[in-house]
Amino acid sequence: MWRDAVLVAGKDLAVERRSRVALNQVVPYALVVLLLFGFAFDQDRPLLLQAAPGLFWLAVLFSGLLAVQRSFAIEASDGAVDGLRLSGLEPAGIFVGKAAAVGLQLLVVEVLLTGGVVVLFHTRLEGAGLLITSALLSTAGVAGAGVAYGALSMGLRVRETLLPLLLAPVLAPVVLAATEAWRSALGLSSADGWRWSGLLGCFAAVYLAGGVLSFGALMEET
Amino acid sequence: MVEIPVLAVRLRSVVALAGLYPLLAGVDLDVGPGQILAVKGPNGAGKTSLLRVMAGLLPVAAGEATVLGLEPTAQARELRRQVGLLGHRNGLYDDLSAEDNVRFCVRAARLPKTAVPVALDRLGLTERLRRLPVGKLSAGQRRRVALACLVARQPRLWLLDEPHAGLDADHRQLLDNLLREAVAEGATVVLATHEASVTALLADRVVTMSGGTVLDGTTGLDDGPVPDDAPVVDDGPGPEREGITSVA
Repeated sequence: MWRDAVLVAGKDLAVERRSRVALNQVVPYALVVLLLFGFAFDQDRPLLLQAAPGLFWLAVLFSGLLAVQRSFAIEASDGAVDGLRLSGLEPAGIFVGKAAAVGLQLLVVEVLLTGGVVVLFHTRLEGAGLLITSALLSTAGVAGAGVAYGALSMGLRVRETLLPLLLAPVLAPVVLAATEAWRSALGLSSADGWRWSGLLGCFAAVYLAGGVLSFGALMEET
Repeated sequence: MVEIPVLAVRLRSVVALAGLYPLLAGVDLDVGPGQILAVKGPNGAGKTSLLRVMAGLLPVAAGEATVLGLEPTAQARELRRQVGLLGHRNGLYDDLSAEDNVRFCVRAARLPKTAVPVALDRLGLTERLRRLPVGKLSAGQRRRVALACLVARQPRLWLLDEPHAGLDADHRQLLDNLLREAVAEGATVVLATHEASVTALLADRVVTMSGGTVLDGTTGLDDGPVPDDAPVVDDGPGPEREGITSVA
């Protein structure tokens, strides 16, 4: 499975490196979303500071939707998904590879968005350990659930609109837990951020395990 | 010791569905090993669905099917590793180069890297072409890249849907030669085509599909080439069998 995962992740990242869709479209989109949030809350600076972690993770969620859609658009555009099914690759390996590629792209987006939050919202970064740990776990959850639901919606004519509708409720707990973990790390809340981080770990484990187990069946439905 | 099946493909009363709509409405078909079978028929007759059933991509809803000695639905993954399918679409990644696309096919199939340049050379893809993103190639060049993936994988069963589409005369001839070579090495070829010249010059046997059935699928295995003037029946509804009816 791991060999297949590396192969698929390498292929997806090579496609992104050549097309630069993530760099030229997803990242600017995420920064624009952050900027718009800044405009919306500009009159109330303290509220903006309080809301910054939530706004950050909403921007990550929107970017994740784009990254997942892109990940499956490249398979659907010329019927490459049939090639994947005929390739002999382990479905679990395909899932892990695609989730890893989406996750890596999201991590790049998150690094740039963090810079955006600091510049636009004047957020002071503290609690680096908790910030990084919760970001990694959240990214794994978003990528795992995203790729599983991306496969589910791939064969549908209305996939572009259906995927956000299916995925947003599933990722709502991840956004909530990640927001709370970051609020704690940034000193905006007295809650124990590591407990929220543990919850994020549970979500990530469930979504990744669910994807590994179900991806073969989901691909057959496309 | 590997058991060699008597027939490469054996289908009996095979039904395949899209929802409730019968794509195949009771197909009987035998294909001998090492045979080049051409499947003719009007648009919507079920040729593509037949190829996808043989590839293990479309589940068999009823009937009996054996492909390369495997049951296409229950043993789909084992079967797919031995099958090469070239459909209407090429199954390529536009942003990757021809070389990258073929390399991905080869690595996924766990074949040696040396298969990549051999396949690209065989399809006449020059150094310049093989480094361009596939999305920038012409339709014929893209078709050749997709064929290079099949050549590199060397499947036991080649399933080709209008494989000559978009190819110029030289490369049509090249494709014919490739298929003859594959058969000489023990592969079996099933191709769906509208082209009379293909059926006349290339195929060992021709069958005709109409309304989701093969009209003459289990006859003529050893009859040699079939004349190209075999009747093509209008695309009407398939025969109703065991409660399966067209709902379109």
